[in-house]
Amino acid sequence: MPAIPDPTPSARQGTFELCGVSLRGPVLNGSGTFDAIAARRAFGDALLERFPFDAFVSKTITLEPRQGNAPPRLWETPAGMINSIGLPNKGLDGFLATDLPELAQLPVPLVVSVMGLGRDELARLVGAVGERDEVSMLELNVSCPNVETGLIMGADPAETALALERVRPETAKPLIVKLTPNATDPGAVAAAAESAGADAVSLVNTLKGMALHPETGEPWLGGRTGGLSGPAIRAIALEQVAAVASRVEIPVIGMGGIASGRHAADFMAAGASAVAVGTESFRDPAAGRRIATELAELSLPGRRGATPSRGV
Amino acid sequence: MREPRTLAPPERRVAVVSGIERLGAYHLVTAHDGSGPRDPRPGQFYMLAAEECWGGGGDERPYLPRAFSYARAHVEPDGVSLGFLLEAIGPGTERLAGLGPDDGLALVGPLGIGFRPPSDGARPVLVGGGIGVAPLLCLQEELDDPTVLLGFRSAAHAQAAALFSGQPSVVTDDGSVGRQALVTELLAAELDADSAVAIFACGPPPMLEAVRALCADRGVPAQLALESGMACGFGACFGCVVPTTDGYVRLCLDGPVLDADRLETAMFAGAGH
Repeated sequence: MPAIPDPTPSARQGTFELCGVSLRGPVLNGSGTFDAIAARRAFGDALLERFPFDAFVSKTITLEPRQGNAPPRLWETPAGMINSIGLPNKGLDGFLATDLPELAQLPVPLVVSVMGLGRDELARLVGAVGERDEVSMLELNVSCPNVETGLIMGADPAETALALERVRPETAKPLIVKLTPNATDPGAVAAAAESAGADAVSLVNTLKGMALHPETGEPWLGGRTGGLSGPAIRAIALEQVAAVASRVEIPVIGMGGIASGRHAADFMAAGASAVAVGTESFRDPAAGRRIATELAELSLPGRRGATPSRGV
Repeated sequence: MREPRTLAPPERRVAVVSGIERLGAYHLVTAHDGSGPRDPRPGQFYMLAAEECWGGGGDERPYLPRAFSYARAHVEPDGVSLGFLLEAIGPGTERLAGLGPDDGLALVGPLGIGFRPPSDGARPVLVGGGIGVAPLLCLQEELDDPTVLLGFRSAAHAQAAALFSGQPSVVTDDGSVGRQALVTELLAAELDADSAVAIFACGPPPMLEAVRALCADRGVPAQLALESGMACGFGACFGCVVPTTDGYVRLCLDGPVLDADRLETAMFAGAGH
């Protein structure tokens, strides 16, 4: 892959700030919904010239390499899809050696998503990733069981607080906590994360879902269950974003089925400071850029409220 | 050798349907792509969706675009005319088959890695089954008079053979056109006569597995164009992985054409759905 010059400092200057990091706008990608390295193989350097997001969030990395779940991994639903991917990644060492140098060539700030099977592992990941200059922020994927307690870290406020307290001293960089919607009270988890030192929260992750083989009645997905995403979950995500935003002062990054600037504006009206695009990028790799443009047009002075959000 | 991959523009665009031709069980959708690359490589694919009314069909689907190898790409003065062969078997293919002239066909592509040319001295043999004949059509145009072996379920499906030039050998499951036989029986006879060949195959998983096993037994190189359910087509979703000797690979990124010797089987979980 040909090297391209680093973006000039002025290219990184933005008009929008998230956790003290300057961005050119408020539209990110959801972790695991866009592989910028793979996309560059398919689209070439045109991807960098017309990069779809204002910050890039990596796929979640774990300490050890993972090959991911057995196929099949996808199932289409009404207005959405279920995935059971299983966090394939090269592991921390492979990521730092192979992926990070390529991600550093992107024209936007980099957010690295990490997941640990326990607090010590998470702390090691945060420390190793946080010390890299190429990384602007970290996102903690806490939608996994803690092997020490068996509890899903992000489903429980106390578990989430303990995780944050453990990793907070490892880096001065902003820590975003990715909340799972499969929690009894995401607002309580968000408040616990804020109290323990989180700089932002992002939500929603996928909702647990399942599909059956049409002939055998057995689970279709190799991982048996998966995560539902797309417009099918937008109303649920919007409610959770509003509920969380009412409980915390730190920025909320809202996502879940956003497919247009109007949807993004709805999430921001519900209290999100920034938004992320996920499944819609599968349908159009430039969806993030389109949504950012539509959002900017909606936000122009004098335009607020000028167009009804939907017909009847 | 440079991999046979023409890069796609990094956004979805809209091509304009110029014709829908009914070929027995299949539809050939032709669309004018005014802004995409004019030189896709045989075996590459596009993610397709109807510009309008994509959704609300059976089971309130489709939602995701559908991956199709292109069957034809003919350069025109102001773009390229792309042909896609499809069989209406679900909500996505039914909607695409229902497109009419001047309708918008949203697409991303060309994507993936296509067929590599045969090595010097190897006679190319194209082996297609059913809807899998699609990428062999454009491949035939690029090769020097390859042998073409085709298998279909029935006479209605075998009408797709008329898209090939020359005289392809055709067999059917029910004997309604040609002999009642599997296309892999034709391939076995071909290999018995001359094994200095290179195989290019696309078809249903059982056919590809038979081709793979046959070629592995005889040490004949084969390239297989595989299919796997995919959401995006450009490596984002990690959904289309297939097991290879190097572990899982994303078929959209490292395929859809894979060397047969990278596979232990072409019958992986989810194949054919």
